[in-house]
Amino acid sequence: MNNFFLGSGLALIFMMLLVLIRMLKGPTVIDRLVAVNVIGTKAAVLLVIMGIVFQRVEMFVDIALGYGLLNFITSIAAAKYYHHHGSHHPEIQWEGESRHLDRGENA
Amino acid sequence: MLESLVSILIVICMLMGLFFFLGASVGILRFPGFYTRMHAAGKADTLSSILILLGCAIYVLSLNGIGFLSILLALKIILVAAFIFVGSPTATHAMMDAGFETEVSRWRKEGDK
Repeated sequence: MNNFFLGSGLALIFMMLLVLIRMLKGPTVIDRLVAVNVIGTKAAVLLVIMGIVFQRVEMFVDIALGYGLLNFITSIAAAKYYHHHGSHHPEIQWEGESRHLDRGENA
Repeated sequence: MLESLVSILIVICMLMGLFFFLGASVGILRFPGFYTRMHAAGKADTLSSILILLGCAIYVLSLNGIGFLSILLALKIILVAAFIFVGSPTATHAMMDAGFETEVSRWRKEGDK
């Protein structure tokens, strides 16, 4: 059973690498954010599985809980930031912000 | 007899979770537009996390026997699962709202307006 959990953890890491490709080439910033959020959620799950493999679940589950909370707060904060700054391409960030201001003046 | 049944239950939970996460990762990688990728990330990812953590909780219960500490440990794992169940769709919704607000263009079929 221990080997099964080890194999599940390895499969999880392999599929997290697939999501990492989207994080590297995502066309918008928010695509990258979603990929990071998915990887973070799965990292909390992977911590529990690694706790079972190392036979120290009672320690690893607390770390997983803290990691999940931090990941949630990070995603919400980054989403709020890009919500207010109105840009989804990093190179036109300040241009996008001025466009946001223009739209406010016209309205 | 009961032990092998519990083992089969754990293996089914973990394999279903891995299958759903395979679907989520392929969807995030292959779907054409921003909002379609959100669809894969918001649902399949949450369901796979919950299934894998449920398998882990059943395994912890079956490993140590029914006692105060093992039930507490299983409840903690279920707590992680419950937090992911609430938090992951909320975070995905917040990010999709940010994308909608910054006018990310949606995907259209070839030749469609």
